[in-house]
Amino acid sequence: MKEFRSGLKDAIPICLGYLAVSFAFGIQASEAGLSIFQASIMSLMNVTSAGQFSSLDLIHNNAAYAEMALLQLVVNIRYMLMSTALSQKLSSKVGTLKRCLIAYGVTDEIFGLSVTRKGRLYPEYSYGMIVCSVFGWVLGTFLGATAGQIMPHRLISALGIAIYGMFLAIIIPDSRDNKVVLLVVIGAMAMSTVFNYAPVISGLSSGFRIIIVTVVIAAVAAYFAPRDEEDTADA
Amino acid sequence: MHNIYVYIIVMAAVTYLIRMLPLTLIRREIKSKFVKSFLYYVPYATLAAMTFPAILHASDNMIASVLGFAVALILAFRRKSLLTVAMCACAVVFVAEMFLIR
Repeated sequence: MKEFRSGLKDAIPICLGYLAVSFAFGIQASEAGLSIFQASIMSLMNVTSAGQFSSLDLIHNNAAYAEMALLQLVVNIRYMLMSTALSQKLSSKVGTLKRCLIAYGVTDEIFGLSVTRKGRLYPEYSYGMIVCSVFGWVLGTFLGATAGQIMPHRLISALGIAIYGMFLAIIIPDSRDNKVVLLVVIGAMAMSTVFNYAPVISGLSSGFRIIIVTVVIAAVAAYFAPRDEEDTADA
Repeated sequence: MHNIYVYIIVMAAVTYLIRMLPLTLIRREIKSKFVKSFLYYVPYATLAAMTFPAILHASDNMIASVLGFAVALILAFRRKSLLTVAMCACAVVFVAEMFLIR
């Protein structure tokens, strides 16, 4: 119960950030012709910002189901990397059902919180984070689809930075303690900036760009600065 | 016309499988030092890549976003909690936008 509650509390920034992002999604979804219920149920079943935003175009253009499946695979394949990393944080005693529940909530943000938590990851902690985050995600979608014009826009705009503030709160303290992590952070930001503005590459979906940056930077770091056994054990 | 609910189910199925398979299939501890180190660095690389330069466009006004970014960096460097860093960044953006956007 203590784990569940600390998961709930730690995920409040995620919840707020999701509220802002999914609010925007709700507005776009209703513009693309989805009903309030359809938009909300999509958020509940998918919990993936990039995947959901990119799907609207296909739905609007009446694309084939296979095309939709392929798009989701490309945009969301990074979750595979994250789930693999998470599998190493769980005790091998954690059963299949619990793993399946945790899998539902593997998002960039929840992953970020889970994997940088010291020691083992407890399923109850994940459940807490998932409940809090998904609540914000679905509520924001609902509000955006319902009342896009009523909510004060200035507030939504300010909440948009919450998630990034949280990311920085996760990665910066560790960069202070570990030079390699600092280089990884700077390198990834630099590479992502180049990818964001360079011709051709910037045409790739953001999910894909993040995969490339992650794989290249993490592989280079792992090659040149492999971690000692004991470091990895308590990491 | 395709059915929207079928779209939603297809999306959900693909996305869930991507998330579920590694978690349920990989039970044992990975032994390779390279893979272990790689997985250790993954979250830092991912979160950093997602944060920058996206944070510059996180609010309506880029100057407000830069101010929020700066405040978040300083607070994170001082090891403030996730909630504190996130909320202060929001507050800075909110106040800055009051002056920057009329």
